Amino acid sequence: MEVARRTSQRRSTLLVSLFTAIFALTTFGAMSSATADEINVEGNDYYFAGNVKYNSEPLEGVLIKISGNGYNAEVKTGEDGKWKIGVPEKETYDVTLDETTLPKGVIVVEGEATREAEFGLTNNASVNFFLGEGVRVTVSVWDQLVERLFNGLNFGLMLALAAIGASLVFGTTGLSNFAHAEMVTFGAIMALVFSVFLSWPLFLAIPVAVILSAGFGYLLDAGLWRPLRRRGTGIVQLMIVSIGLSLALRYVFQYFIGGGTYQLPGSSSDSLTLFGSVKLTATDIVSMVVSIVVLLAVAWWLLRTRIGKATRAISDNSSLASASGIDVDRVVRIVWILGAALAGLSGILWAYFRPGIKWDMGASILLLIFAAITLGGLGTAFGALVGSLIVGLLVEVSTLWIPSDLKYVGALVVLVLVLLVRPQGILGRRERIG
Amino acid sequence: MDWGSILSNTAAYLISPETIAYALAALGLAVHFGYTGLLNFGQAGFMAIGAYGYAISILSFDLPWWVGIIIGMAASVVFAFILGIPTLRLRADYLAIVTIASAEIVRLLFTTQAFDEYTNSADGLGNYHAGFRAANPFTFEGNVGFGPWVYNANGWWVRVFGIALVIVAALIVWLLMRSPWGRVIKGVREDEDAVRALGKNVFAYKMQALVIGGIFGALGGVVLALPSAVVPSVYVTSLTFYLYTILLLGGAATVFGPLIGAVIYWVIMAFLSNVLPALVQIGALPFMTTTQSQVLRFILVGVALMLIVIFRPQGIFGNKKELTFVK
Repeated sequence: MEVARRTSQRRSTLLVSLFTAIFALTTFGAMSSATADEINVEGNDYYFAGNVKYNSEPLEGVLIKISGNGYNAEVKTGEDGKWKIGVPEKETYDVTLDETTLPKGVIVVEGEATREAEFGLTNNASVNFFLGEGVRVTVSVWDQLVERLFNGLNFGLMLALAAIGASLVFGTTGLSNFAHAEMVTFGAIMALVFSVFLSWPLFLAIPVAVILSAGFGYLLDAGLWRPLRRRGTGIVQLMIVSIGLSLALRYVFQYFIGGGTYQLPGSSSDSLTLFGSVKLTATDIVSMVVSIVVLLAVAWWLLRTRIGKATRAISDNSSLASASGIDVDRVVRIVWILGAALAGLSGILWAYFRPGIKWDMGASILLLIFAAITLGGLGTAFGALVGSLIVGLLVEVSTLWIPSDLKYVGALVVLVLVLLVRPQGILGRRERIG
Repeated sequence: MDWGSILSNTAAYLISPETIAYALAALGLAVHFGYTGLLNFGQAGFMAIGAYGYAISILSFDLPWWVGIIIGMAASVVFAFILGIPTLRLRADYLAIVTIASAEIVRLLFTTQAFDEYTNSADGLGNYHAGFRAANPFTFEGNVGFGPWVYNANGWWVRVFGIALVIVAALIVWLLMRSPWGRVIKGVREDEDAVRALGKNVFAYKMQALVIGGIFGALGGVVLALPSAVVPSVYVTSLTFYLYTILLLGGAATVFGPLIGAVIYWVIMAFLSNVLPALVQIGALPFMTTTQSQVLRFILVGVALMLIVIFRPQGIFGNKKELTFVK
């Protein structure tokens, strides 16, 4: 997500654009053509019209230009802020609001000052620009880069929380767990249930959500995965079972919370300026700190504790670990609990980052989780961390050059390319790929 | 409750374009997964390429409709090569991850604003029917048919064309799988190293299987696009998962499994989508709303997929001796 967009969601501007939108809707139908400032409306079959308002006050003398299909025209808004431009063909045109003709301190806050306009079924269409308070700043490429790097780091750390769990599960059981995405969503939904539906304070709701996620992981292992392991079900079969589970859980979430988006409390906190034009919100900072602390704790657990060492031993060679007296089933159960708790936590952070909680929010980052795990090296916990950071940074920084609706594509393309050159991933060992 | 209309709406899905399209795509998946053991999780991408290849060549390049279908198929062959070259030499789960990622890349590229001129981004494509309808051999006016299957000339043309494609595709798969080529393919699924030891080029065989199954996937996409429009939100990852449900329901390593599976899947989905809201309305299901009853269907799909894989992995028609799952 771009910071520019996020800052524009500050409450004041949001209200302004809301008012403008409502005004546009209510006044447009009754708009009489005589008062609006018009050009070329007579003699042309089609026209664009609009209404320029700021804080529900009409703005006079704002220059609107239209171009496209070899046609150009411009008009200034009238006393009532209205404008109307006739066009010869029912095609798509570029409509530009000249921001230099706006009063000082007012800019177009939603979308660009130039937008593509096209006709629907009728012969006229309305084009409205949402104005708000702001300063026309041309952010330097350097500042943008730093901003995106921070965002990417935040996203990458959050992704790492989810990816480490999935990677540990893969390492110890060989399962590529597609339902991991739903464990991410589960954490966010539990936070929603306790903090919003039951109005618990956040500092209580979030830990409870994480604990419930851990319990969810335990239930899944005890109720589904362990019995299947006992039956000796094949790895591919388990993978498809996890797909079925993922579908079922996803729609169970939709069954209960519907198709809408919910916000957690505190998701619209004010942004703080770090340096230059780099802005972060308080939730961003808290989220990064929490991720780093938790990731360090997991690293310590893996490197220093008996269970952590046993986990790595099983990832390396399960039968050898079992032969040397490690209780594989117990370790796998702990890995499921830990993985689910981490996924739940990452879901809560992801809910703040997106922002919003939706029934399929986890599924939308599942592929990035897989990309991170594969990039880092399948089954290696630290590989998942490295892979996540790379994917997170790549996703955010790539928006400097490619359209933001393609930002996941960059990460996925790199995944495919890395497999071409180094299929074992960055930290993986060559023998793994067989 | 109006059982008449419920049953007639359900029966319509026996030969609906959706059923035919899913059957074709699932047949392609049978070649990939059932016979060759390739974990292709990107069949939705192949379908999207078929549908968009067809629609874009007609809308943007004014080509005849049958050239559009050929272009859709050719594009899916290219896609299969792009997928196969990096991954077919690697372990099975790498192919799974790369195919699922590539299908998503394809979908995002079709949905992005950047190529709006050709793809119409998230709004999808429509109004490319003139050529296909002009080729319609049926000339009758109005609606013709019996029972629940009453359609106009265009409706019948889409269905007959689609069913003809399914029959040809099923015949091709049946002939291929009883040929020496098919035996090698099944050998690759059972034990790659043994086949390699016999001097076969396993990589080439896998690639051929990927291309053939991909073409069927693209044809499925074309049939899905034929009656009305190309809707980008259809070609999501879940579509591939529904196809796996269909395939495993019928039997992965069979010719008729995916076809019967598609029919069963759509008939059950149509039945539930008609009967559940009706049950809600008469108050038989007091704990849910009509919207929730539609969501319930997809929960059942997920649960069904799990149960099939756990308890009857060979599907309805499959032979338990034929190991359909790579160990």
